[in-house]
Amino acid sequence: MSGQITSHTGMSVKRYKWLFWLVIVVIIYIWGITGVHFTGIKDSAGEVSQSIISGIFHPDWAYVYDGSGEDLISLIFQTLAMAFLGTFISAILSVPFAFWAARNGKKRWHVRSTSGKLVLTLIRTFPEIVLAIMFIKAVGPGSFAGVLAVSIHSIGMLGKLFSESIENMDLGPSEAIMSSGGNRAQTLVFATLPTVLPEFLSYTLYRFEIAVRSASILGMVGAGGIGTPLLFAIQTRTWSRVGIILLGIIITVTLIDYVSGTLRKRLV
Amino acid sequence: MNVVPKRTFAQKYHLKTVSWLVVFVVLIIVTADLTEVDFGMFFANFGQFLALLQQMMHPDWQFTHLVVAPILETIQMALIGTTIGTLVAIPFSVLAARNIVKNKFFRGLIRFILNLVRTLPDLMLAALFVAIVGIGPVAGVFTLAIFSFGMISKLFYEAIETIDEGPLEALEAAGANKVQLVVFAVIPQVFNYFVSYFLYTFEINVRASTVLGYLGAGGIGVYLQRSLDQFAYGQTAVIILGILIVVLVIDGLSNTLRERLL
Repeated sequence: MSGQITSHTGMSVKRYKWLFWLVIVVIIYIWGITGVHFTGIKDSAGEVSQSIISGIFHPDWAYVYDGSGEDLISLIFQTLAMAFLGTFISAILSVPFAFWAARNGKKRWHVRSTSGKLVLTLIRTFPEIVLAIMFIKAVGPGSFAGVLAVSIHSIGMLGKLFSESIENMDLGPSEAIMSSGGNRAQTLVFATLPTVLPEFLSYTLYRFEIAVRSASILGMVGAGGIGTPLLFAIQTRTWSRVGIILLGIIITVTLIDYVSGTLRKRLV
Repeated sequence: MNVVPKRTFAQKYHLKTVSWLVVFVVLIIVTADLTEVDFGMFFANFGQFLALLQQMMHPDWQFTHLVVAPILETIQMALIGTTIGTLVAIPFSVLAARNIVKNKFFRGLIRFILNLVRTLPDLMLAALFVAIVGIGPVAGVFTLAIFSFGMISKLFYEAIETIDEGPLEALEAAGANKVQLVVFAVIPQVFNYFVSYFLYTFEINVRASTVLGYLGAGGIGVYLQRSLDQFAYGQTAVIILGILIVVLVIDGLSNTLRERLL
């Protein structure tokens, strides 16, 4: 009899669990909605959005190429170059970080790998535009600062992905080299690296796609690429210029995603 | 009579690898030229960079109490932005799912729109919305709503496409219409995935929202920009530490919840 009662109360606790979660969610949302100060929407909002849309449909075609080196095509290529070079440097720098952070065996805590993972998290969280601003202090405004920002920031994600693929690696080839008398360097060169290389390349390509997006906005803080003229065009309300730059970015990103996606499918 | 198989000329001299390598080296040289890479300058000015880092190593702790409110505002912006984005994404993801909408052309159109939205970087949206609605957190909320809409609708329609067709067919056989199909067969199957993806997008939005203020879209980014403009790197350090703590806490919470869900 008593057993039935306890099971009954157990049931009802389970049945009302959703109520508990609902109350928590409602409290969080009340906090969220009352927290954001509704600063109002400018009266000109409708007008401005209309101008932006008409700007996108009537882009400033003259800006596409004018031979000055400051036109859309040159700056898009500069943006792509920033992303490419940054990702390349980052991929090289990430390899030692990945070996640092990779867990070997089943142990959850290990001084070496845990500290490595922590460092990678720190790098990942450090805002990329702050990095860009710091590098602008060192090398002056321009796309080189952007390259450096991309190459340091990307270590956070690439290092993490690389270390995970090292952790999940097939150990067969390494064991084969070791059992036939190879030393550690030979194991690394002939077994470990060839095993993980396709995955490394695939992750690097994936990161390159992300880098193209972030390189296109780094210019907003002065680190080169298409972001600088875009921010300038928005601030001076030259919507036809904004339209053509947006079109340029959309086409570039779509193209890069498609090419990189195709290459990645062939790799893994 | 073992014969070593003959390798073709291309195989013998590793033509494929070599040509890839050449293409790669050329690309590196061209891109380095385009971006005006100058490591000499980098190392020459490395002292300035180190001085800046050194200033950052001494956080201005008195600034801490000023940072708390804008950081909370950042989380609130992310929460509301993600929620709006998710609510808009749900109908779009249903319309983009292969197993719900059989009309290939219509589905393609919806996916095309979603792909376009996803190409736009977050800071660019922020700059646009600051121009449209004015400086303040509202611009940030709009930015995050659009940003998360693009991401979440893709995650959602991929989740919908993996569901078990059984319940769908059962309801269809019993004469249910499309709305009933979605409510009684699709949503119960994908609900946990939806919540998990919502949390994941929220994590990303918290990260993104911390810099949106740099262009005037509210939250901690406004203070970040101010401290950098005033060369008050001690304050910048406090803000970055604050962002770090918030991101770690939100990631931890969301990961725990997601592990329980799936």
